[in-house]
Amino acid sequence: MIAAEPLFRAEGLSKRYGGVVALDRADLEVHPGRIHAILGENGAGKSTLIKLMVGVVAPDEGRMTLGGREVAFASPSAANDAGIVCIFQELSLIPDLSVADNIMISHPPTRLGMIDRRAQRRIAEEALHRAGAGDIHPRALVRDLPLSRRQMVEIAKALARQPKILILDEATSALTASDVTKVFEVLKRLRSEGLALLYISHRMHEIAELADDCSVFRNGRRISTFAAGTRTDAEVIELMIGREYKHVFPDKPARKPDGRPPALQCKKLRWGDRLKDISFSLHAGEIIGLGGLDGQGQRELLLALFGVLRDTSGDILIDGDKAAIDSPVAAKSERIGLALIPEDRKTEGLMLPMSVRDNLSAAAFDRFARFGIIDRQRQSALIDEMIRLIEIKTASPDLPVSALSGGNQQKVVIAKWLMNKPRIILLNDPTRGIDVGTKQEIYRLLRRLADEGAAVLLYSTDYDELIGCCDRVLVMYDGAVRRELAGAEITERALVSSALNVDDGELAEASLT
Amino acid sequence: MTEWRYWLAEQRGTLLAIGIFVAMFLIYATNHPAGFSANMVQTASNKATLLAFVAMAQAIVVITAGIDLSVGMILTLTNCLASWIVVGTATETALGVVGVLGTGILCGMINGAIVIFGRLQPIVTTIATGAMYYGVALMLRPNPGGAVNETLADALTGRLFGVLPTSLVALAATAVLIWVPYSCSVIGRAAFATGSSEVAAYMSGAPIRAAKFMAYTLAGLLSAIGGLFLTFFSYTGEAAYASGNAYTLFSIAAVVLGGVSLMGGRGSAIGAIFGALAFRTIGDLLFVFDFDPLWQPLFQGIVLMLAVSIGAFGLLRVRNRLEWFG
Repeated sequence: MIAAEPLFRAEGLSKRYGGVVALDRADLEVHPGRIHAILGENGAGKSTLIKLMVGVVAPDEGRMTLGGREVAFASPSAANDAGIVCIFQELSLIPDLSVADNIMISHPPTRLGMIDRRAQRRIAEEALHRAGAGDIHPRALVRDLPLSRRQMVEIAKALARQPKILILDEATSALTASDVTKVFEVLKRLRSEGLALLYISHRMHEIAELADDCSVFRNGRRISTFAAGTRTDAEVIELMIGREYKHVFPDKPARKPDGRPPALQCKKLRWGDRLKDISFSLHAGEIIGLGGLDGQGQRELLLALFGVLRDTSGDILIDGDKAAIDSPVAAKSERIGLALIPEDRKTEGLMLPMSVRDNLSAAAFDRFARFGIIDRQRQSALIDEMIRLIEIKTASPDLPVSALSGGNQQKVVIAKWLMNKPRIILLNDPTRGIDVGTKQEIYRLLRRLADEGAAVLLYSTDYDELIGCCDRVLVMYDGAVRRELAGAEITERALVSSALNVDDGELAEASLT
Repeated sequence: MTEWRYWLAEQRGTLLAIGIFVAMFLIYATNHPAGFSANMVQTASNKATLLAFVAMAQAIVVITAGIDLSVGMILTLTNCLASWIVVGTATETALGVVGVLGTGILCGMINGAIVIFGRLQPIVTTIATGAMYYGVALMLRPNPGGAVNETLADALTGRLFGVLPTSLVALAATAVLIWVPYSCSVIGRAAFATGSSEVAAYMSGAPIRAAKFMAYTLAGLLSAIGGLFLTFFSYTGEAAYASGNAYTLFSIAAVVLGGVSLMGGRGSAIGAIFGALAFRTIGDLLFVFDFDPLWQPLFQGIVLMLAVSIGAFGLLRVRNRLEWFG
């Protein structure tokens, strides 16, 4: 397919963690001037491969060559210096430093031994422009930036290092649609400048648009490499999961109105200028999606419903009765029965060093406590049942959650709230950065919960998910519900056009497709 | 205009500390029986500079998300050492000063090495090394005593041009010569990065080990400067356990008052200096208002609590409760 000598070659790479084989004699060739997509479920070995390439961990076996010379990296900075730079899924920015400081953190320009702030700022501005993020002020503190802006800073930071091989690990998962377009333009330009790009993403349409080559990993090995566009999505997914791929989404049953009041109803909910008169009702048995570009108030809406925000106005009705929800404790009480699966599982959803058992118990201690003392037996029984029910893959409930794969960690976050038997489940982008297999399981689980009588409100940045999973979708724009779509109206075009808040004529046209 | 705003956001903690100090000092000065005089400023600054040096030391370590509970004991140890060796001719005195500062640096390097290579928690490490430093101090000065080169001592505790307290000038010079280059250097930047998010700093290839080591070393040096000045004020060395511990605890209070986040990554040694000055002024307020000295600890605690609360006012306005934990 490609005749030239590869820029980077890995041969027979293996890595074991304890008894688990993460990478099993894997190989890979990376060529300059091409975008190479790496596909595979979580746990297929992609992350391990990258960690080896950028010197986070050392391989047990095998060798890597860069430009024909064998290399071994002792640390990420050694790999960076050699020209391999990775933008990690878990952001590597320092919240209390400014954007410029962050971009130049590893090699700031100096004068007389001190950081030359003016030169640093100039380089940072250049890098931001190259990344298509000229709107970010180099003096802004990273902690004051929203997630999507931080991701752009991360890309600028990688570019400032003048890499030969740029690895993007789920780098677009937090971006808004317009940022994704910009980033794609940047990546294509870098390709034409002769950079080699490795692109890891779970979003199939991104890969179709961007990649030249695709490699599929499964069980720690590279299964297949082919030119992008030569296989259908279904074929690729079959390669990834190693079995035949049927429809990802469970069927949506027709819901008959039962005359009961909605499980959750919002009337003119306001919070500052971030939420503007939001009204909707959510019935038991129903899955409602929240759509729109990232950062249009979806997260705030979920937080407001869960009692985290102060000074909200408007009414929240639970089963038709007005409810005052002023804290997560009140929200999860038996009378209200809310659960919120948070966005950032590492900080808001999980206590990483603690065991699966303790994490699952965290929101539900009162379920198995007697007079304030935890009933160990009852706790174990309920936890074992939940692990089975949600199919969390863990050797023991006493293992720390940090030892689990990303998909399984997310299952723990969801399971933790199911311990409480919530009646209204709010989810904040629960499948971000999760493999296809786990996604399917989560979709089936949500539908089953709805069938069993739960009301589900699902915020998702993935259009396929909103289309496949939801009975209705509320598209938000600038803190307000811009449009409500139901049934067959939920199409990608309708979602995109209302997310971009285009005018009514275009909307009408969009909803025809 | 936006530039101004970003600068303000960066310096908020330090500016707040300066504000608290100015407010406290105005209350103090306007009610002082002797009025606002050069003499009064000299006395006040001599008392406050000791804590200011130790607070700077603490701030530099706290910025890396560590803590140094040995700063007070390094101060005590170097005080005892100075009462032996900072004497005699000009050359002997100079060598003595170098020896005292070198000892402080060595203590800091020991702390840093244990924290970095032993991977022990800073809090236990420095409790242990602090006890060791105190032990050495006791051996040097089982009983209070010793002497110091009084010419040098008087020069550094007196007044410059008849108005400016020399100790304050020395404090400012230390800040300019140590803190300013440090905070602008690559290592200093790495120290902030480490305190803010150690994993991200590591992944970014920032020199986190060098930064931590430098932070503890500078903390040792600054504590030793404090010990030197203690000797200049008192003319003697004393292995006083309670006073060493008090300096350690007060340094943490001063650092918090100075707008340095105990979580690391935010603040400046300049803020800590003003935190220390404010803390001392709070202690002295009592005497101007002529209260019974028995009231001092209680009074000091209450005012300190109020002052620290000013920094927390922002939390009352927070409308997203998740920001309480940021």
